[in-house]
Amino acid sequence: MTGRFIRLDEHSRPALTLHVDGEPVSALEGDTLMTAMLQAGRALRTSEFDDGSRAGFCLMGACQDCWVWTESGERLRACSTPARAGLRIVTHNPEASWPNLA
Amino acid sequence: MAEPRVIIVGAGPAGTRAAEALVRAGLRPMVIDEGQRSGGQIYRRQPEGFGRSYAKLYGTEAGRARDLHQSFEALLPHIDYRPETLVWNIADQHVWWANAHDQDAAPFDALIVCSGATDRLMPVLGWHHAGCYSLGGAQVALKAQACAIGREIVFMGSGPLLYLVAAQYAAAGAKVAAVLDSAPASARVRAAPDMLALPSVLWNGIGLTLALRKAGVPVLHGVTPVEIRGDADQGVTGLVYRTAGGDTREIACDAVAMGHHLRSETQLADLARCAFGFDPVSRQWLPQCDAEGRSSVPGVYLAGDGCRIRGARAAEAGGQLAALAALADLGLAVDAAERAHLLDAMADYARFARGLMRAFPWPQHQAASLPDAAMVCRCEAVTAGDLRQVVRETGAREANRAKAFSRVGMGRCQGRYCGLAAAEVIAAEARVPVESVGRLRAQAPVKPLSISTGEDAA
Repeated sequence: MTGRFIRLDEHSRPALTLHVDGEPVSALEGDTLMTAMLQAGRALRTSEFDDGSRAGFCLMGACQDCWVWTESGERLRACSTPARAGLRIVTHNPEASWPNLA
Repeated sequence: MAEPRVIIVGAGPAGTRAAEALVRAGLRPMVIDEGQRSGGQIYRRQPEGFGRSYAKLYGTEAGRARDLHQSFEALLPHIDYRPETLVWNIADQHVWWANAHDQDAAPFDALIVCSGATDRLMPVLGWHHAGCYSLGGAQVALKAQACAIGREIVFMGSGPLLYLVAAQYAAAGAKVAAVLDSAPASARVRAAPDMLALPSVLWNGIGLTLALRKAGVPVLHGVTPVEIRGDADQGVTGLVYRTAGGDTREIACDAVAMGHHLRSETQLADLARCAFGFDPVSRQWLPQCDAEGRSSVPGVYLAGDGCRIRGARAAEAGGQLAALAALADLGLAVDAAERAHLLDAMADYARFARGLMRAFPWPQHQAASLPDAAMVCRCEAVTAGDLRQVVRETGAREANRAKAFSRVGMGRCQGRYCGLAAAEVIAAEARVPVESVGRLRAQAPVKPLSISTGEDAA
């Protein structure tokens, strides 16, 4: 099945490539990580409470549903992080530690 | 006397107009905003390199959006602007901020909090499936990314954003499967006298409904959602709902945009120790403030949707009023006629907002009838049944106590999206008024900080 997000406009931006769980994903400059991942796939991550896949919710940095990680373990909020060429994203927390909710 | 140190949190309509009034008075405020670019949510800007026009992005509000953005650009040489920066605490007359590169505590003589709003959510069985988004989130996808959240989208809930976002999607070429409003059509008729306070805004709202009907989108009133169907892998696959007439229907879709109007982001006002009061019309606890935005704490001012949900026009006026109040309290000259004019305008905005609350009432009865299996807290997968069991077995009838036992409100969103509905579930189960359940206390940091910042700050 195809991606979750459907591009309706702004098609003529330069393309870039990032990697998600080791697979190349083609996106456009100006995409957020969330847009880049969801125009190619169905979800951003799996709930840590075993209730299925998650694909973000508020898109304005309030719900924190859209956390993904870099291969080096940095946590990113996909809705407010620009997609950049060469980014290597993983959809499971590589340290598998409890998130710092302070 | 040294120049007063004024800090504004937020660069949306309220923050922009507050900064403008302060700069006009000769001050250089610090403006701290989480966004990459100014504008806030409703006038959110698309990224550099996107080419859609103001008319396409903002419709009837294009002129206001352009004016606000241009006003902010003109302020840049005169303000200390900190974009992409989170204010995570307010304590000891300091604002604690952090961004990707730096963090510090900034002292203030006056603080104007323009923290805006987020969607107000009523849970539905299945709303945890991938493909459910808040109405505001659906709008951000379109406005800032030129994307639809799915191939076939149901818009569900109530409030002005329901119609606005659905109409924007239809106009942009997305397939809007249906608009399902939980408010009965009769509520709108009763609210009409108040909504005539702003005839042009009312007219714009009617225009959205007409545009949807013209586009062939089914628009139903008095709808009760039953279940968002889906599975763990694919997410949303359909929606079951009950019509006003009592028929149960199912509609296929791969995305649901949902919400019931908005809720104020009040955490910073709470951390600044502002007094709160219960507002029976919106059924929310809100920070107390006078007509000009003075909170109960001297030197702390509140403006825009972060204080009362009154919309973008009211936010512009409220930001300006709060700045004038701060200037007057600092002993600086203020134009009495300007202040009086703004107060007059605010009275109309308040009346219109009351009309909207009545036209699109929060469906608290849905919390009482929410199935036990429905998630209340999406973050930690806590169901209505779990929460009710906590209420029954521990006797917890207060929001923070129920949170401690159930984890509802303890997760990633810190109660933003579950707190108000959870209070209704607790109230219904304990058979007490919702105001007696209280409100979730704000905790610093108001949003998760990056791990390095958290450790450095400790």
